[in-house]
Amino acid sequence: MGKPVHSILSKNFIADNDRTDWHDETLWMVRKKRDYASSQIPEWETLRQWASQIKAHTLSNLDHYLTVFEKNANANGIQVHWAANAAEHNEIIYGIIKQTGISSMVKSKSMLTEECHLNEYLQDKGLQVTDTDLGEWIIQLRKEHPSHIVLPAIHLKKKDVSDTFHQHIQTEKNNNDPKYLTTAARHHLRNIFIKSKLAITGVNFAIAETGGIVICTNEGNADMGVHGAAVHIACMGIEKIIPETLHLSIFLRLLARSATGQAITTYSSHFTSPRKGQQMHIVIVDNGRTRLLGNNNFRNSLKCIRCAACFNTCPVYRKTGGHSYHSIVAGPIGSILNPNTDIKANADLPFACTLCGSCSNVCPVKIDIHNQLWIWRQQISKEGYAGKTKSLSMKVMAYILSHPNVYRFSGNVFRMTLKYFPFIVKNKLNPWYRQREMPEAPKKSFRQWYIQKQKSEFKKQHIKKDS
Amino acid sequence: MEVTLFIPCYIDQLYPNVAVATLELLQKLGCSVSYPLQQTCCGQPLANSGFYSLSNKCNENFINNFSDAGYIVCPSGSCTLHVKEHLQSKTRQSKAEKIKSHIYELSEFITDVLKPKNLTASFPYKVGFLTSCHGQRGLHLSSMSEINEPSFSKPLQLLNEVAGIDLFMPQRVDDCCGFGGTFCVYEEAASVKMGKDRIRDFETNNVDYITGYDVSCLMHLEGILKRNKSRVKTIHIAEILNSGTNG
Amino acid sequence: MNSRSNILKKIAENKPASESLPVLRFDDTIHYADKQAQFIKALQNVVAEVLEFYGYAAINTLYKNLQAAGKKIVNTIPEIDDVNNQLPSLSAENLAGVEIAFIKGLVAVAENGAVWVTEEQMQNRLLPFICEHLYLVIERENIVDTMHQAYQKIDTAASGFGVFIAGPSKTADIEQSLVIGAHGPKKTTIIIIN
Repeated sequence: MGKPVHSILSKNFIADNDRTDWHDETLWMVRKKRDYASSQIPEWETLRQWASQIKAHTLSNLDHYLTVFEKNANANGIQVHWAANAAEHNEIIYGIIKQTGISSMVKSKSMLTEECHLNEYLQDKGLQVTDTDLGEWIIQLRKEHPSHIVLPAIHLKKKDVSDTFHQHIQTEKNNNDPKYLTTAARHHLRNIFIKSKLAITGVNFAIAETGGIVICTNEGNADMGVHGAAVHIACMGIEKIIPETLHLSIFLRLLARSATGQAITTYSSHFTSPRKGQQMHIVIVDNGRTRLLGNNNFRNSLKCIRCAACFNTCPVYRKTGGHSYHSIVAGPIGSILNPNTDIKANADLPFACTLCGSCSNVCPVKIDIHNQLWIWRQQISKEGYAGKTKSLSMKVMAYILSHPNVYRFSGNVFRMTLKYFPFIVKNKLNPWYRQREMPEAPKKSFRQWYIQKQKSEFKKQHIKKDS
Repeated sequence: MEVTLFIPCYIDQLYPNVAVATLELLQKLGCSVSYPLQQTCCGQPLANSGFYSLSNKCNENFINNFSDAGYIVCPSGSCTLHVKEHLQSKTRQSKAEKIKSHIYELSEFITDVLKPKNLTASFPYKVGFLTSCHGQRGLHLSSMSEINEPSFSKPLQLLNEVAGIDLFMPQRVDDCCGFGGTFCVYEEAASVKMGKDRIRDFETNNVDYITGYDVSCLMHLEGILKRNKSRVKTIHIAEILNSGTNG
Repeated sequence: MNSRSNILKKIAENKPASESLPVLRFDDTIHYADKQAQFIKALQNVVAEVLEFYGYAAINTLYKNLQAAGKKIVNTIPEIDDVNNQLPSLSAENLAGVEIAFIKGLVAVAENGAVWVTEEQMQNRLLPFICEHLYLVIERENIVDTMHQAYQKIDTAASGFGVFIAGPSKTADIEQSLVIGAHGPKKTTIIIIN
């Protein structure tokens, strides 16, 4: 098996046309909801500007705000840990768990723990981790990865979920009713919640001013897990920090509207100190983020608040599915973040994009996503990951386009080939021709027409003068 | 008014009619039009493929052809945007800057600079309008569905003046058609799927033509339409604005 | 400690020149002519039930009726009934069967239907999530336009835990079909005291 490539994986996805249409329509509907929600707020564009500036300010003072956060969190009775990378993140968490002697735990949605492959790590240690966000739980049962950072199971149909639940929690076979399936999951997971003594969560926002964190969910799964548990471990990337509580008002107005078109998530939970008798830990993770911070071109991607608006609007994402991106964070923002972690493995992702620019327009923190993808393309070819054939053809193209004579000669050859030897172009090796006709070749280029016309006009004028 | 034409390479070679229509239209609107003969391409195919570094000579050639021009007009939003965003020169940056501030996509040149009192075109067909992304989001030729802003469209403003035309806007008014430069070959499956989905809305609404300001997107849709033996044809906005008997 | 100093050092080396915070003009953001009407509209959007009462006496009657119907109710509002002082120490197992909870909200947000509740009101952090049907009581003068005004009114650091609650728990993780009652309450009723 070769390394996964977006163009091939998406070809497989699109092969199921009905499912592709459903995926596209469903996400488009989410995008429309976002449009409507944002249109209800006259100051929407101002909020985006504010959010972007607050994030820019925070990133430019990140060390300061992180230490202020740590100091305040400590004062609140929260233990703060620092992890340079995914491995250290996992080790720290395992260390905490080991001390408690707890062997089964619940986890609410956290893209960071996905990024660090925490579940696999803990399971290898013999621990039992239950993902409690419904979508995440479904894909955990199916041993898959999320295909979307907000709607993790959006690649599945209710029939798939029904089959999975029938297999794992003995729901009625072929009962595909989402309400029935959700209720079954509720009952099953409630028993787990009630027994579980340890909860792992992500963090949506960490507030330097208070040393507290905010977690947003619709299902209430983070709260159901944390408030019953003796130990709460929250994991956050260094970029989750914001300076003040007042800034939360801006981000919470933007987040859910951008994500799903809701005015706010059902729960916006503010954890400032552990419950009496509870242990609370926060693990602050770098894992490549400081490298991004140092990169002028891609720094802005650290502003991301993981709303996935760029996923929902991206025509390529909608029509190719999250798994075609062969990485934990798919979609446009993922195509910026993933090459930072492994440029070789993800060299295809910045090209899985038409540079349409819609992502940058929906981004609530105004990340110039499509421009960053363009810059990644340059970086990838500069570092030699563009592929030999492409590099060679680009060199040939550059030569042709910089020499007007060669350009005209090649143009003529191309048109004549198309006209008189079409089989050279019209064959299955030409990816244009597989599903599209070639344009009809005109006899003359515009330039040829233009010169001829000028000549004949010149003649006409002279004939007039002569007569 | 003196206008210098920039005709993108693939229009020069494959769609000369679009260039002819552009030239004639500008002349009708009272412009004196010239066409520098040594022009080739803006270099966008290189840059968007990650090889901007190879486009230096191409950039220099562009500057050679257009540094003396006043207004530069181009019948492609995408190529215009590329020049505006990326044209640069180690030795002649001021000339590059002048070009970048003087280059216009055709429809914005007509609405913003020429501002003709009326157009004399007539085109008695049902015409679907394809909003191409680079012109829209890059050059801001029209308002964007993602942004809360007053609604406007420079190309539609012009098309609305064409006699007999029955304009149709697709439901997803500015969803990408899937051309995307070399994307259309490297990501063939996605590109064609996107194109087919765009076409479906036009076909089910029985348009005769799909028009737009970017030949590249139209070429992509035309390829799919022809392969599927559709009755729907593609036509560039210049060809519509230049049509009719009273020109 | 090592990673801590390494990360902070890397940030110090890599961070860009300081950028300033924006000037936030919250007065220029949306204000509703009728905050209460907008709040009720927002509650309908989040599938919450709304009751408008004049004073606590009416709530009292409702509460008594629910009790008489044999519901397992936990009350946290002294104006309604006595509050069980063991409540803060009850575990998940203890609270698992709670059908109804009454909790007072401090601030309500017109733009989105969210109600701010802190640990002091809920008594037990798990209560608003584990109950099947949540009643949130809010006094009409505590309805504000947007989240901006809400945060100006509350002090999140004053409580160990606080939460904005907008309607019952929900999910759309199966084919994007909205299902009310994910892991938290299946029903949320907002009682506005006029």
